[in-house]
Amino acid sequence: MELHNNLMFVAASLAILVTMGLALARALMGPTVFDRIAAINMFGTKTVLLIAVLAFISGRMDVLDIALVYALINFIGVVAVLKLVVNGDFHSSPDEENTSSKADRG
Amino acid sequence: MIIDVLSWILLVSGGLAGIAGAVGMHRFPDFYSRLHATGITDTLCAMLILLGLGLQAGLTLAAFKLALIFVFLFFTSPTASHALANAAMHGGLKPKLDSAAAGNKP
Amino acid sequence: MIAFIYGIILFAFWLLLSGHFDPLLLALGLASVALTIFLMKRMNFIDYQCYPLLSLRFPAFLVYIFGEIVKANIDVIKRIMTFKGESISPQLIEIPLPQKTDMGRVIYANAITLTPGTVSVELKQETVIVHALTKEAADDLSSGEMARAVPDQVIDKAEGS
Repeated sequence: MELHNNLMFVAASLAILVTMGLALARALMGPTVFDRIAAINMFGTKTVLLIAVLAFISGRMDVLDIALVYALINFIGVVAVLKLVVNGDFHSSPDEENTSSKADRG
Repeated sequence: MIIDVLSWILLVSGGLAGIAGAVGMHRFPDFYSRLHATGITDTLCAMLILLGLGLQAGLTLAAFKLALIFVFLFFTSPTASHALANAAMHGGLKPKLDSAAAGNKP
Repeated sequence: MIAFIYGIILFAFWLLLSGHFDPLLLALGLASVALTIFLMKRMNFIDYQCYPLLSLRFPAFLVYIFGEIVKANIDVIKRIMTFKGESISPQLIEIPLPQKTDMGRVIYANAITLTPGTVSVELKQETVIVHALTKEAADDLSSGEMARAVPDQVIDKAEGS
């Protein structure tokens, strides 16, 4: 692959890395637990994009499969963590909501 | 050559959109408005970067996989955002509302 | 019958993604397709009405929603860059859900969330509660333009098939 082609992928991955850094900072600072989860969700989306760009930098298209799987795992992970935060465990049904004011325990 | 220029534009503007979303995540005052900022990176940024990569891939299996990543992100990201907002609302996190519009509160 | 069609689609998908034709991998593919169909049956997804996805208005809706997403994104990015505290006016509004099918409602709520500036917070029977970043976005949504674009049960006589 030519040099200027690689350069554009490198530029895109640098922009993605900056975004990931900012999202991570929000995840560390975030006043509420939901801010942190939202930041981690964003971080995961950017990871998918970063893996896709890395596949083009290295020229190995098999890596795209990993991005595909990561997109799904990220979603399931976010929903599972949300369930844990809201219910306190993984197996209560959403009907029996015992949602006290857990929102402000950063 | 034209395709390369187009890819450059798409990748760089996608990266800038992602950074803008991350900056919004730090600037906005409360959790619900920050959720709107993450929405940018989930939609426009992913759209532009994957389109830019797809132009480089041409009509191959790699382009199909990129389209698939795009479809997965577009199904999962609104679901995750909705789950987050719903959990935050049930967790008792009150949004900061505009004082002028207090009339039509549900 | 529908389960069989799903199975064929899923197996074609497996072949396309793997690209290998060893007997072992084909058997693994068949096994995972069977497992997926079993799980779908258990979750009652097979008989679920997904007609809006097959409707003729779906491609037009996709074009419309992409236009809306790009417009809303540019608006929100502008507000982030010029943020002073007055440029946003967060609101909670309740808007009606005119769709008849569950799938139509899900598509509508997802479309609301997908457009930056509005997030659907809670789905009720007839209405959805939306958090909007600005008053303009809230007014846009209350006008019901997006609700009319959502495909909802266009092939309404298809129950028997």
